Amino acid sequence: MLFQIILFYLFAAVLIGAALGVVFSRNPVHSIMYLVLAFFQSAMLWLLAEAEFLAIVLVLVYVGAVMVLFLFVVMMLDVNVESISRQLTRYAPLATGIAFIMALALIQLIWLRSGTEDPSLGAFQPNPADYDNTKALGAVLYTEHVYAFEIAAVILLLAIVAAITLTMRRRPGLKVQDISKQVAVRAKDRVRVVKMDAEPKEKMGAEPKEKMGTEPMEKMGVAPREKMGAESKE
Amino acid sequence: MSAILEAWNALPPTVQYVSTVTFKIGLVTIGVILTVAFSTYFERKVIGSMQSRVGPNRVGPMGLGQPFADVIKLLVKEIVVPAESNRFLFVIAPLLSLIPALAAWAVIPLDDTFVIADINAGLLYVLALTSVGVYGVILAGWATNSKYAFLGAMRSAAQIVAYEIAMGFALVGVLMAAGSLNLGDIVRAQEGGVWNWFLIWLFPLFVVYWISGVAETNRAPFDVAEGESEIVAGFHVEYSGVAFAIFFLAEYANMVLISALTAIFFLGGWASPFEGLTFLAFIGEIPGIGWIYNGGFPWLFLKIAFFMYTFFWMRATFPRYRYDQIMRLGWKVFIPVTIVWIAVEAVLAWFKIGPWAA
Repeated sequence: MLFQIILFYLFAAVLIGAALGVVFSRNPVHSIMYLVLAFFQSAMLWLLAEAEFLAIVLVLVYVGAVMVLFLFVVMMLDVNVESISRQLTRYAPLATGIAFIMALALIQLIWLRSGTEDPSLGAFQPNPADYDNTKALGAVLYTEHVYAFEIAAVILLLAIVAAITLTMRRRPGLKVQDISKQVAVRAKDRVRVVKMDAEPKEKMGAEPKEKMGTEPMEKMGVAPREKMGAESKE
Repeated sequence: MSAILEAWNALPPTVQYVSTVTFKIGLVTIGVILTVAFSTYFERKVIGSMQSRVGPNRVGPMGLGQPFADVIKLLVKEIVVPAESNRFLFVIAPLLSLIPALAAWAVIPLDDTFVIADINAGLLYVLALTSVGVYGVILAGWATNSKYAFLGAMRSAAQIVAYEIAMGFALVGVLMAAGSLNLGDIVRAQEGGVWNWFLIWLFPLFVVYWISGVAETNRAPFDVAEGESEIVAGFHVEYSGVAFAIFFLAEYANMVLISALTAIFFLGGWASPFEGLTFLAFIGEIPGIGWIYNGGFPWLFLKIAFFMYTFFWMRATFPRYRYDQIMRLGWKVFIPVTIVWIAVEAVLAWFKIGPWAA
């Protein structure tokens, strides 16, 4: 138990440090990496609380998908950090107010838990060894909270449809490839091989040498062979 | 011998547990790294033979010492850090791509009993860790502060995010068939011979998973993140020496991981294809080759080797995909295929057809 307490304080300390790093680092990419670290630490805290499903899903969804897209966008922006941070200080009073309210809520929750006899609000009790957080969550989600769960699913679906509709604008004059047409092309649609009688020798000899190879070919509609780039290996 | 055993038993259980797990981790890590070393040799031999060449044959017997010669060469080379790069992220990026590739092995069952961490959400753990691996590539591209590297990172990020979704959906089908997120239970659900493998009933999902796995590891024909002909070497263009070796190690470790996962999810992991053929049961009693009938680690190894071979085969055979076609394949072909097949599977399960008959 002592070991777990040490782990808890270690993870919590790194989590708080990372959260401060998100706010105070000047480089937005560093901020995002701090946020990733913070997500990992909170996942570790959830693991300590025997909520392994939530912990893994936190890493999967936030670290694996959301933060990658954040990083994607932030990397492409060439932000002037100085001017933005000057703008940000304008909102400092508002941010402090929100932080104060959240801290108050947390303190009130801890105070509520410490002074009560109700076991569901009391100190954390370890679960039996055969407890399966994934199974327990599934059992509750698909029975007790099935309507809330379904509504959440429909809202997410709506968000997907909305996001796709927002990006589906047809710009005029856009050249788009029709892939099925490209795939359906056969060699005989592009190249026509024409049989020609051999020309008499004395006539050919009169013409300049370079011309005789290429010109008749192009007249036949055969595209000159492109120089193929050899594949290079590392 | 008995004195050692007594001293072991006298240790507190926590110490016993920690030392056993550390030993297992060491065993698996060394195994994976050796597999990576020899798969580079395997790759060069396979591609060499497909291109009518000999392949490496100078270092050691049949060139078997080649991987070690390569490693020593990379270790003694100088590491160049570009002047305008972000030094810390530049150095840490290769590690960020290697660590998830190795950490995912924690939940891979190598046979019926050997697994480092037998956790219930193993499949989710694997998904989470494979999705974290993309950070190494993106940060390497950004920290290098070079346009080629940055383009490679952008391509790789978009590609990995796209194919992850198809991979996740394919795995939904697997967990619907197995009824469990535990990788060991997924293999146990496929025991009883080759016709019980998920490969048969989940064939479209298998194809989607395997191709997405190839795309996820940035291997040919999906290796546009490197794209030598356009962007030199993509995200690792400025890396040299050990830093490059770690990227190389991570790429091959990811390939071995994807091969192992495909074997576990669709080809019955360590299970033998001959189980259930009772007239072959006598093989199971012969010591030494009993695994051919009973199943065991050699089967998993053979399946991994087969998929590694397929990686190299594809690299030697196919030209590189065009980038927009990669995106089209991921979003417009694979995701609809998986969704349709999950619906088909639900209908099969509802009417108790096939593997759901029992």
